[in-house]
Amino acid sequence: MNKPMNRRAAPGRKLNGKMLLRLIKELFSAYPVLVPLTAGCILFSAIVSSIPAIFIQKVIAVIDACTASGDWAQASREIVPKIVVLAVLYILSIVSITTYNQLMAIITQGFLCRMRRKMFDGMQNLPIRYFDTNKHGDIMSHYTNDIDTLRQLVSQSLPSLLQSSAIVLTVLFIMLWYSVPLTLVVLFGVIAMFFVTKKIGGGSAKYFVRQQKSLGKTEGFIQEMMSGQKVVKVFCHEEEAIEDFDRINGELYEDGFRAHAYANVLGPIIQNIGNILYVLCATVGGLLLLLKVPNVGISSALLGIGVLTIDIIVPFLNMTKQFTGNVNQFSQQINAIIMGMAGAERIFALMDEKPEADEGYVTLVDAVEKEDGSLEPAGKHTGIWAWQHPHGDGTVTYTKLRGDVRMTDVDFAYEEGKPVLHDISLYAEPGQKVAFVGATGAGKTTITNLINRFYDIADGKIRYDGININKIKKSDLRRSLGIVLQDVNLFTGTVLDNIRYGKLDATDEECIEAAKLANAHDFIVRLPNGYHTELSGNGANLSQGQRQLISIARAAVADPPVMILDEATSSIDTRTEALVQQGMDRLMKGRTVFVIAHRLSTVMNSDVIMVLDHGRIIERGNHEKLIAEKGTYYQLYTGAFELE
Amino acid sequence: MLKRLAKCIREYKLPTILTLIFIVGEAIIECLIPFITANMVNQIQSGAEIGVILRTGLLLAVMAILSLSCGGIAGYTCAKASSGFAKNLRADLFRKIQTYSFENIDKFSSSSLVTRLTTDVSNVQMAYMMIIRTAIRAPLMFTFSIIMAYRMGGKLATSFVIIIPVLVCGLLLISRKAMPAFRSVFRKYDRLNESIEENVRAMRVVKGFSREDYEKEKFGTAAEEIRKDFTRAERIVALNTPLMQICLNFNMVFVLFVGSRIIVSTGGEALGVGQISGMLTYGMQILMSLMMVSMIYVMLTMSAESMRRIYAVLTEEPTLHNPASPLTEVPDGSVDFENVSFKYSAEADAFALSDINLHIRSGMTVGILGGTGSSKSTLVQLIPRLYDVTEGAVKVGGNDVRSYDIEALREAVAMVLQKNQLFSGTIKDNLRWGNENATDGEIEEACKLAQADEFVRSFPDGYDSWIEQGGTNVSGGQKQRLCIARALIKKPKILILDDSTSAVDTKTDALIRAGFARYIPETTKIIIAQRVSSVQDADLILVLDGGRISAAGTHEELMKTSPIYREVYESQTNGGNENE
Repeated sequence: MNKPMNRRAAPGRKLNGKMLLRLIKELFSAYPVLVPLTAGCILFSAIVSSIPAIFIQKVIAVIDACTASGDWAQASREIVPKIVVLAVLYILSIVSITTYNQLMAIITQGFLCRMRRKMFDGMQNLPIRYFDTNKHGDIMSHYTNDIDTLRQLVSQSLPSLLQSSAIVLTVLFIMLWYSVPLTLVVLFGVIAMFFVTKKIGGGSAKYFVRQQKSLGKTEGFIQEMMSGQKVVKVFCHEEEAIEDFDRINGELYEDGFRAHAYANVLGPIIQNIGNILYVLCATVGGLLLLLKVPNVGISSALLGIGVLTIDIIVPFLNMTKQFTGNVNQFSQQINAIIMGMAGAERIFALMDEKPEADEGYVTLVDAVEKEDGSLEPAGKHTGIWAWQHPHGDGTVTYTKLRGDVRMTDVDFAYEEGKPVLHDISLYAEPGQKVAFVGATGAGKTTITNLINRFYDIADGKIRYDGININKIKKSDLRRSLGIVLQDVNLFTGTVLDNIRYGKLDATDEECIEAAKLANAHDFIVRLPNGYHTELSGNGANLSQGQRQLISIARAAVADPPVMILDEATSSIDTRTEALVQQGMDRLMKGRTVFVIAHRLSTVMNSDVIMVLDHGRIIERGNHEKLIAEKGTYYQLYTGAFELE
Repeated sequence: MLKRLAKCIREYKLPTILTLIFIVGEAIIECLIPFITANMVNQIQSGAEIGVILRTGLLLAVMAILSLSCGGIAGYTCAKASSGFAKNLRADLFRKIQTYSFENIDKFSSSSLVTRLTTDVSNVQMAYMMIIRTAIRAPLMFTFSIIMAYRMGGKLATSFVIIIPVLVCGLLLISRKAMPAFRSVFRKYDRLNESIEENVRAMRVVKGFSREDYEKEKFGTAAEEIRKDFTRAERIVALNTPLMQICLNFNMVFVLFVGSRIIVSTGGEALGVGQISGMLTYGMQILMSLMMVSMIYVMLTMSAESMRRIYAVLTEEPTLHNPASPLTEVPDGSVDFENVSFKYSAEADAFALSDINLHIRSGMTVGILGGTGSSKSTLVQLIPRLYDVTEGAVKVGGNDVRSYDIEALREAVAMVLQKNQLFSGTIKDNLRWGNENATDGEIEEACKLAQADEFVRSFPDGYDSWIEQGGTNVSGGQKQRLCIARALIKKPKILILDDSTSAVDTKTDALIRAGFARYIPETTKIIIAQRVSSVQDADLILVLDGGRISAAGTHEELMKTSPIYREVYESQTNGGNENE
C-alpha cells in the first residue's frame, strides 16, 4: 500500500520551554494538592539541609576557641545547644525528604497512568486514517519508550532539578554571607562545569539520538528476519543473514559506544573540576588567612567581622563540596531531560491528534411496533431496532432498521488530488447480497470503508434506510454493520470471549450458536479447552482458516442487519467454505451483505455483482447476466484476466 | 548461566579489565583526597608556611587530575566493554537462531525472539555496565574508607559501627521487599503493552463493532492496576533515601559532638578540626559504597529475568543435526514415505500425520488436496527435513533424508512456503536467495517460468525495483509468483508449492503448470492447492483428511472413488464451469 507515512518527529535537541510548561500544567491538574506539596517539601528540605553548615561552622568556632583552655564543661555549654538545633534541623529534613519521596512515587505512577489513559482514550477516538498512515511499531513506542523517558523525567529529573537549584541558591547565599572573594572562585569553577556539561552533554545527547535510530534499524531487521526465519531455513540463507546482521549490529555498537562514552566521561570530569575547585578554595582561603587579607562578605558588611578565620574556611569548603555536588547531579540529568522532553513532545503530539468527528444525531433504539404499524421506543431489548431521528422542529420520527443502503454519485480520495472512486452509485435492498470484484486498487475495500464511515466521502451521498449516514451517530451506524476482514484480529482471552466481542451481553449459548452457524463449532470443541481455550498473540496457535471462522462467528453473534465480508473466506478451503456458506446463507437471510472476494465461486450467487476498475463500476448485474454480456467479468471467470 | 553469558565478552575482556583497573585507581585517589584535604585544613589552621600549603594544594590538584584521567578512561573503556558485550550477545543470539530447526522456531515465537534480541540484551548491557563500574569500586571504597576513618578518627569511627549494620539491614529489607513487587509489576506492564499493540492492530475491529468505550474501560482497569502495583513497589524503594539520610545525619551529629569533646578535652592533641571534616567525608563515602552494592543487587535481580531468557535461546539445542558422514549428492527426485507418523511435539497427544505410505517417482507431478487442518503442509515439510518424522522414514532419491547433509538436501528440494515472505531489497536481491551466483539470464528465465517476468518488466525499475519490508508493495499474486521464481532459480530436483498460487488467477496458474511440464519435466513437482483446477491434471492426486491419506489416484479415478474429492470438485464448479 503506498499510503503516506508520517515521519517520526525528530526529537528536539533544545529544551522546549512550552513543552515543559505544559508538562508541569498536566502534573498540576493531575494532582493539584500533592504536586505543590511535594514541590514545597523539596524546597524545604533543600533549604533545611543547607543550613546545618552554619551550625557546624559555629561548633568548630567554639572548638577552636576552647582548644587552648581544654575546658570541656565550658565548651559543652555552648556546643550542646548548637548540636541540638542541628539534630532538629536534620529531623525536619528527614521528615520532608521521606514525605516527598513517598509523594513522588504516588505522583509519578499516577501521572503516568493518567497520561497512558489519556493517550489510549484519545487514540480510540482517532480516525482509521491515523492507523493506516502510521506504523504500528511507531504508535506503540509512545506507550513504551516515550512513557519510560517520561517516567525518568518526572520521577527523577524534575525533582532533582528543583532540589539542585534550590540548594545551589541557598548555598550560594550562605557562601556570599561568609566570603565574597571565595565565592567568586567557586563561581568561576561552576562556569567551567557548565561549559563542559554543555559540550560533552551535547555530544552525548547527539549520540543517544543516533543510538535510538540504529536501535530502531536493528529492531526492524531482526523483526523481518525472525518472521521470515522459515524462509531463511528453506533457502539455507543463514550465512548471508548473519553477514547482514553483523553489519547493522556493528553500527549500533558504534553509536551506543559513543553515546555511553560521552555520558560516562562527563561524571568524573565534573566531579574532579569540583575537587580542583575545592583545592583552589582551600589554597586561596589559606593564603588570605595567612596574609590576613580583610574578608568581604554579607556577614562582614552586616556584623562587621573583618578577617577571614579558619572557622569560616572549613564550612566554606564543605559548602563548596555541596555546591559542586549539586551541579554534578544536575549535569547527570541532562540526557534524561533531553530525552524525556522529546518523549513528552511525542506523547503530546499523539494526544493532540484530531479525533474522529461525529456530528451524527440519529441514534439506534430498541423499538416496539404499534398496531397501526408505527414505531415507538421500547426502552428494553425487543429485537426490533429503529432509527430515532430528531428534527429541527422538535419532533422525533422513528424509522425501522432494515438495512437498505444506497450510494449516489460518490467520489472519494485518500489523498487530495488522487481520486480513488468516481461516481459510484449503487443500491442494496434489505436482504440482498452485493458483491464487488476487481483488481487490487480498484476500490473494493474503499467502498466498504465509506459505508461504515472509516473514511468520509468527498462528494455524493450515502443513505442508510433513507437517512444520510452523516446524520447517524457513528457508533450506532457501525453497530448496525458487521464486518469480517481478511486480516483477522483476535484478542487475548478465551475463544468464547472473542466471539462475545461482537455482542458483549451475549450468553454462552448465543456464542456457541453463532459458532455453529459459522461452522467453527467443530474445531473449537476439539481445542484443548474447547470454548475456554486461551488465545494469545492474535490466535497464533490457530490456522488462518480457523481464525477466519472465529471472526465470522464474532460477526454473527452481533446479529447486524448489514454485513460486510472483505475476503472473509479467502483462507478457508473451498470445501469448508461451502459448509460455511450454508451457515452464512442462513446468516445472510434477511440481511444486506456486501461481499468482496477473490474467488469467484464465493460471489457467484450474489444478487448483484459489481465489477470495479480504477474506481469505477464498469459492469453490474447477476452472474448469468454478466456472463451473457461477455465483458470483463466473463473474462475473469474464464481465466482470461488475472485478478490481483 | 552467568558463565555462558560471560563467554560473550570475548574481545572486550581487555576494556573490561582496563575499566576495573582504572576504576581502582580512581577509587584510591578518591579515598586519598579527603585525607590530604584534612591535612591541608590543619596546615592552614595551624598557620603553616604558605609554601607548605601551596605544596599540599598542588598535590591535591595533581590527584584530582589523575582521578579525572582514571575516571575518564574508565568511563570510555566501560562504554566500549558494555556496548561490545551487548554486540556480541546479539551476534551470538542471532547466530544461534540461524541454527534452529522449524521446531525450535515454533517453540519461541518470532516476536519473543525479537524481544530477547533487543530489550533483554539492553537490560543485560545496562546491568553489565553498572557491575563493572561498581563491583570493585564499592567494596574497595568501603574498606579503604573504613581503614582511613579509623586511622584518622580513632574513636570517632565507632559511629560507623552503629550506622553500617543499620544501613545494611535496611537496604536488604528494602530490596527483599521491593524485588518481587517489581518483578510482578514488570510482567504486568509487558502484558499491558501487548494489549495496546493488539488494540492498535485490531483498530478496524474495535471501531467496526463500536467497542471504543469497552476498550477504554478495559485499558483503564489494567492501567489502574499497574499504577497501584507500581506505586507500591516504588514507595518501598523510595525508603532508601530517608534511610541513607538518617545514617548520614546521625554520623554528622555523632562525629561533631564526640569529636569536639575529644578535641577540646585533649587540647587538640588527639584530633584536629581537619579530622572532623575528613571523618564526615568518609562517612559519606562508606554510605555511598553500600548504596552502590544495594543497587548492583537490585540491577542483577531485575536483569536476571532477561538473562534467563537470553540463556534459554543460547542453550536451546537445535533439534536437527547433520549425520556423521552425510551424503552430499541427491541422486534424483523420487520421494518415498514409509509408514510415516508425525506429531509436532513429544507431548502432543494427537498425531498430525499417521501411517503415510507414498511413492513418488522422479519427474512426477503430484497434487495434494485437503481441508483446513488436514496436515497437507506438514506432509510436505518432512521432505526437505524441516521436521523429523516421529515414526517411519522419508526417503529422497532412495536415501533417508536424515542421511543427507541438510544444506545439500535443501538445495535439491525447493519449497515455496504457504506463509511466504519477500525481504526488503531489490527484486533481484530477493531472487538471488535461490542462487547467489545466478546470472541475469537465469533470473529472467525463472521469472518467465513463474509468469513473473512480464509484470516485473512493467515496473519502472524492472528487476531493480525495491521491495518493501514484508513485500507490501507488490500484490499477493505477484508476491507468490516471485516466490516461485526464487525457488526455481535453485534448479531443484524436487519443487514443492504449498498453496503458492492461491492469489494467482486460474489462467496464469495454468500457464505456470504448463511451463513446468514443458521446461522442467525431470523435476518432481508437488503442489498443494485449494483449487481442484490446480491439481486436476497431476499424475497423482492425494486427498488428505485428518492427517491420513483418504484417497489417491488420478482425477478420473478419484471422481469415482472419493466422495470428498467429488464434493470439493462440485463445490468449485457449481453453476457449470464449462471453460475449466
